[in-house]
Amino acid sequence: MSLFDVIFYLFAAFTLASAALMVVSKNIVHSAVGLLFSFFGVAGIYVLLAADFLAVVQVLVYVGGILILLLFGVMLTQRITSVDMRTGTLQLVPAILAVAGIFVILFRVIRTTSWNIVPEAEAQFIPTAEKIGYLLMTDFLIPFEIVSVLLLAALIGAAFIARKGT
Amino acid sequence: MLFNFATALVFLIFGGLFVLLNLGISRILQARNPHPVKISTYECGELPEGESWIQFNIRFYVVALVFLIFEVEIIFLFPWALVFKDLGLFAFVEMMIFVFILLVGLAYVWAKGDLDWDKPQSVPAPELSQSYEQKEVTETVDS
Repeated sequence: MSLFDVIFYLFAAFTLASAALMVVSKNIVHSAVGLLFSFFGVAGIYVLLAADFLAVVQVLVYVGGILILLLFGVMLTQRITSVDMRTGTLQLVPAILAVAGIFVILFRVIRTTSWNIVPEAEAQFIPTAEKIGYLLMTDFLIPFEIVSVLLLAALIGAAFIARKGT
Repeated sequence: MLFNFATALVFLIFGGLFVLLNLGISRILQARNPHPVKISTYECGELPEGESWIQFNIRFYVVALVFLIFEVEIIFLFPWALVFKDLGLFAFVEMMIFVFILLVGLAYVWAKGDLDWDKPQSVPAPELSQSYEQKEVTETVDS
């Protein structure tokens, strides 16, 4: 096992442990902090998979944006910290069946998808942002412009819903 | 490229170790003598009241939402900025269209007043000074 593998498994364990902390924690703010570390772990795995741009996006958007919004949502909810959250075991057998079903589906998807795999010896760690920029400006120009319309719709919709609440 | 991230990882590890080490040393050296008053929340000398987790103003949420949308826009700007010189005017026009469409959204939330802040109501000045004088009078009477 090379150093690369060790770091990969460390990040994977870190991600899973943080996710478990998030699920098990009875305090909703502690759950949010667990989610934060889980996002960080996923960013580390992205780096190890040579997806440097995606890793930075993961930290910027998920850690810096989504999680802050989530915490704001928690803070905005009245008396949410005093609610006794139920994290015990309920409906054990249906839960196991559901999780096993999802696992089978995911496993089959992973096995049957034709992944665009580069042989390990040829794998290179080169910055991807420039390549993404070229593709966005050439092959994926229309999706790129449509993204701005999507973001516009998200902005207006979110502002509209937030305004109704006040 | 991986080496740069390795630097960041080493930095993160040492940063974490620094915090843990300092907390550990403090834990070893400190005198532990807890008291309900000592572990209560410090609130500028006042007696603490209620929880420290209070309900935020919903305005913060709207600002955070707008921030998130424009953060995603910035993420698209980064790869564009790297290839902008090679592709020239075409890329520039494309990005201007992209930015303009999102500016429509900013104009919308601005015009609708979602970015306006609720200003705190100011207490009329004469009333305040009057009550202050009264308080002074009663204090002198007490003493």
